[in-house]
Amino acid sequence: MLPKKLSPLDVCTAICLVPLLWLALDIFLDKLGANAIQALHIRLGDWSLRFLCLTLAVTPVQTLTQWRGLSDYRRLLGLYTFFYATLHLLAYLWLDHGLQWPIIAIDIWQSSYIWLGLAAYIIIFLLAITTPKRAKKRMGKSWKKLHRTIYYASILAIAHYFWQLKGNLADPMLYLLIILCLLGFRLLVWLKSRYLFGLMIPVKRNK
Amino acid sequence: MIIKTQKVIPASEITDPHLFLQRRKVVKALLAAPLAYAGIHSGLAAGQTTPGNGLASHYQTDSTITPANLVKNYNNYYEFSLTKEQPASLAQSLRIDPWTIEITGEVEKPLRLDLDDLLKLQTVQEYVYRFRCVEAWSMVVPWLGFPLASLLKTAKPLSSAQFVKFTSIHQPEAMPLQANNTMLEWPYVEGLRIDEAFHPLTLLATGMYGERLSKQNGAPIRLVVPWKYGFKSIKAVVKIELLKKAPLTTWNKFAPHDYGFYANVNPAVPHPRWSQASERPLGSHFFTPRRKTELFNGYGEQVAALYRTMDLSHFF
Repeated sequence: MLPKKLSPLDVCTAICLVPLLWLALDIFLDKLGANAIQALHIRLGDWSLRFLCLTLAVTPVQTLTQWRGLSDYRRLLGLYTFFYATLHLLAYLWLDHGLQWPIIAIDIWQSSYIWLGLAAYIIIFLLAITTPKRAKKRMGKSWKKLHRTIYYASILAIAHYFWQLKGNLADPMLYLLIILCLLGFRLLVWLKSRYLFGLMIPVKRNK
Repeated sequence: MIIKTQKVIPASEITDPHLFLQRRKVVKALLAAPLAYAGIHSGLAAGQTTPGNGLASHYQTDSTITPANLVKNYNNYYEFSLTKEQPASLAQSLRIDPWTIEITGEVEKPLRLDLDDLLKLQTVQEYVYRFRCVEAWSMVVPWLGFPLASLLKTAKPLSSAQFVKFTSIHQPEAMPLQANNTMLEWPYVEGLRIDEAFHPLTLLATGMYGERLSKQNGAPIRLVVPWKYGFKSIKAVVKIELLKKAPLTTWNKFAPHDYGFYANVNPAVPHPRWSQASERPLGSHFFTPRRKTELFNGYGEQVAALYRTMDLSHFF
């Protein structure tokens, strides 16, 4: 039985599972093509990157629209980024490699594009485990510092995408553009506040 | 001082010592080939000849044959699309009839042949080969074709011929990326060393799975070099030139540090950005581990001798 009233956040939580259901349907209907394992792996990677972009988009939207109370959505989208990135990683380890660790070790050692992906995942993992309010309280100021490393994660994720391709760079280029806009927005805000702050400091007078 | 004799032996008549030494191995491989897969010939397209004596299936591999629909719907054919799914439909606009092949360069008898006439001179047989893409996926394909050597011989190569250059069709009206002049330099060019070109494993294929080659798989005629990464096996060949020097090949020119001239399958030599130690066979099930990639794609017994003196990580 459904609860009487669903909050917008609940609706959003459900919508974020649609890509997974869509993928499950494609597996069921055998629509993933000749290299189904790779197709599934790539789809999960694409969705982690899309959720990463959405997470990064929340703050600019909030700043531009003065819309309050979006931080719950940012947390939700961030957790879904972690969710899809974890599935992406599991697909690599289990679906593609059948947990054959010696082969996995060689593959990672020799594939520099995987290092970039792993580095991005480690950051997102740290952000996910420090999501609970308790962790936030305990960490104090360093929480914000840590959670700003999502900027590095986004750059690493994009580099991970570029670094594995043979020359077809149109798709990662689109994501790069989106990420650069989202990070660029923050840079502008930061520069503006620094400028305003500069105006507030009294100018030293010569004696 | 060179003492000239009266009798002139044309260069083309001189047997390559390497080939001579290899004959024994080839005969052995032929004898060892199982009679399996002879049944496929029943579906042969008209115009292609094949002996029905069961010797047709050369160099049977240990892996199971990849389903034809996967091979026909997962193609790297950048002239049409950068995706692997689109060439299956886009390539249908390629005009392949009539088709002429030119053999020029360091040969005694340059040739310009209509494909149908060329095929009349060749014995088309079935060869089941492993195929390993540089992107670390692989398949097993029953090709229909003939050794490249038997075609090259008809043009009587000169002893000055050290390399062979292959050129693909230039048909921008059918090939969108040629029309836009994007991605790679067109037409696509590949090359082999002369001993690689004359190796009995090296084929010109005109069919697969008992049928004519589908357009997305390189119709009407393509190269198949099973111990090298797939990009060496150039599709839709229109020109074969015998050269004194190595030709500049398309992928090698595009990214020389990533794609070498030799491009031999080698699990010990990774691509600068990814491992080549394992591969994903098309059509394998979820949770199946990857297949370990073999040196020379498993054809080491036949081809390792070609590279005996070479540092394979330098000449990648």
